[in-house]
Amino acid sequence: MSLKSKSISSKNSLNEDERLKKISPLRVLLNRPELGALGGSILVFIFFGIVAGDTGMFSAYGMLNFLDVSANLGIIAIAAAMLMIGGEFDLSIGSMIGFAGICIAIPAIYWGWPLWMSIVFAFAMAVLVGYFNGIMVVKTGLPSFIVTLAMLFILRGLTLAITRLITGRTQVPGLRVLIEDDPLAWLFATDTFKWLFTWLGSLKLIELRTDGTPLATGIPPSVIWFIALTLFATWILMKTRYGNWIFASGGDKVGATNVGVPVGRVKISLFIGTAVASTIFACIQVLDAGSADTMRGTLKELEAIAAAVVGGCLLTGGYGSAIGAAFGAIIFGTVSMGIFYTDVDTDWFKVFLGAMMLIAVVFNNYIRKKVTESK
Amino acid sequence: MSDYLVQFNNISKFFGKVIALKDVTMRLKKGEIMCLLGDNGAGKSTLIKTLAGVHKPDEGEIIFEDNKIVFDSPKDALDIGIGTVYQDLALVPLMSVTRNFFMGREPQKGIPFLKTFDVEKANKIAADRMGQIGIDVRDPSQAVGTMSGGERQCLAISRAIYFGAKVLVLDEPTSALGVHQASMVLKYIVKAASEGLAVILITHNVHHAYPVGNSFTVLNRGKSMGTFQKKDISREKLLSMMAGGEELDKLEVELQEMDRIHNKN
Repeated sequence: MSLKSKSISSKNSLNEDERLKKISPLRVLLNRPELGALGGSILVFIFFGIVAGDTGMFSAYGMLNFLDVSANLGIIAIAAAMLMIGGEFDLSIGSMIGFAGICIAIPAIYWGWPLWMSIVFAFAMAVLVGYFNGIMVVKTGLPSFIVTLAMLFILRGLTLAITRLITGRTQVPGLRVLIEDDPLAWLFATDTFKWLFTWLGSLKLIELRTDGTPLATGIPPSVIWFIALTLFATWILMKTRYGNWIFASGGDKVGATNVGVPVGRVKISLFIGTAVASTIFACIQVLDAGSADTMRGTLKELEAIAAAVVGGCLLTGGYGSAIGAAFGAIIFGTVSMGIFYTDVDTDWFKVFLGAMMLIAVVFNNYIRKKVTESK
Repeated sequence: MSDYLVQFNNISKFFGKVIALKDVTMRLKKGEIMCLLGDNGAGKSTLIKTLAGVHKPDEGEIIFEDNKIVFDSPKDALDIGIGTVYQDLALVPLMSVTRNFFMGREPQKGIPFLKTFDVEKANKIAADRMGQIGIDVRDPSQAVGTMSGGERQCLAISRAIYFGAKVLVLDEPTSALGVHQASMVLKYIVKAASEGLAVILITHNVHHAYPVGNSFTVLNRGKSMGTFQKKDISREKLLSMMAGGEELDKLEVELQEMDRIHNKN
């Protein structure tokens, strides 16, 4: 964007720089990490528009459905993307989701804590886990892949062991009744813009139930969180000093340290970020389902990384974007839901996911070469 | 007040039993370019790290503008104005010129807690600074990876100067460069010195050092073999000192002597 505005403004300014080659907007776009994911999203929408356009996938209810799935994945994908830009991985995201779930459910159901306190407790645990991951990686210099793989097993094991020890089961139901009147839970459990849907329903613009209320009742909380986090992460990356430090830490750890970037602190904070995002994910899911399940979030870390990679993050760090990861999540969410509306067997979803990721990596590799080569 | 901007007096550094540096002394005036010459393993890297505050010297003292200084970290050295440009330059190829220029020291604007990186200001300064040294940054938001080796070197030096370096320590700034690129960098170094900076140019290339240097310190096996003013020493003499040429000369003299005695008998 800045490239474009510069080439336009320099035409009018006094110190015109005739050496500045005019760069077409297309060229500017080509150099952005989001491009692949943006193009991919458009293709996916066109595809389902043709294949499943008349099946109800693009009704208000259908759209909210796939947006909800995309948004849930997006919440963790954005945090994973920021960590990847900072040069590290977190494989414990999925396990953290399960762990955060029981951190909310067990105190609330078995110890009689108010729900808001359990939620605060879950976030506190997330900060601890993230801090531990970060400090281990920074202090030992071990690859984050290994450290967080260990954490993947430890957290999942802890989740299972503690839950069975306290409850004798692997699921903790009964949360739904606690949501009402809780001062904090509404943040993760309220559909918004209900008036809009009621209004659209009264105009018969969207589908109605037999009792006259609209089928889609409001924007789910996941979507609001997703949008807010995308904007927040993008603001951080593009517009703040800390954002520059994230790019620098991932791009060249030694160089960044030499010019005074607190690389260790940046990385630790990013690990805390992924753990906290996992907990947001867990809050939304647990409060929506009304129960915590020890296996919740399994394999989510890989989906989050896949979305980040499709969104243009390099596996080596130092390059990528939050908006890209958001589009990556939208692609996966749309396809995973859209596939139900087509005649294709849902078993093929994973094939698609893998192929998409492979294409994205090849494409990103090409882009990186383009960026670092002389033009 | 002494004439010297910065003095490194009798610096020694030991790693266990290994003597990495012993009694190295260097004194620089404003506007002076001192070339530190030495072959591989002469202790150049250790000396640079000691100057930059990475290592604490085990013996000796550092005097900056007549004050004795002890560095606890690289930041201390930066803060008083010793800017070190390492061989790897501390540049990230995937990041833009501006983002690299201000890496770690980004200008900010806005209210507390919501401060933003002032990209416009940063772009302007980066473009101005690169323009001053005659480098055509077509656009400061282009990636550093698109620049030539010489341009990157100049960017790193220019960054160090912008952030208040009074003493520039340059580690092998021309080693990976072709003739044209190297001369561009050397030209810039001379210009920086003419504006009042003291420059320590570390290199093993006498041909790059001799034309720009005012004085030359030769390092061999951790010891200084002395500092020489340009008028006192020739390029050939420097070269032979660096390569341990004196030892070879001595050997040659001894051989001739033996030969002479042999012939007499």
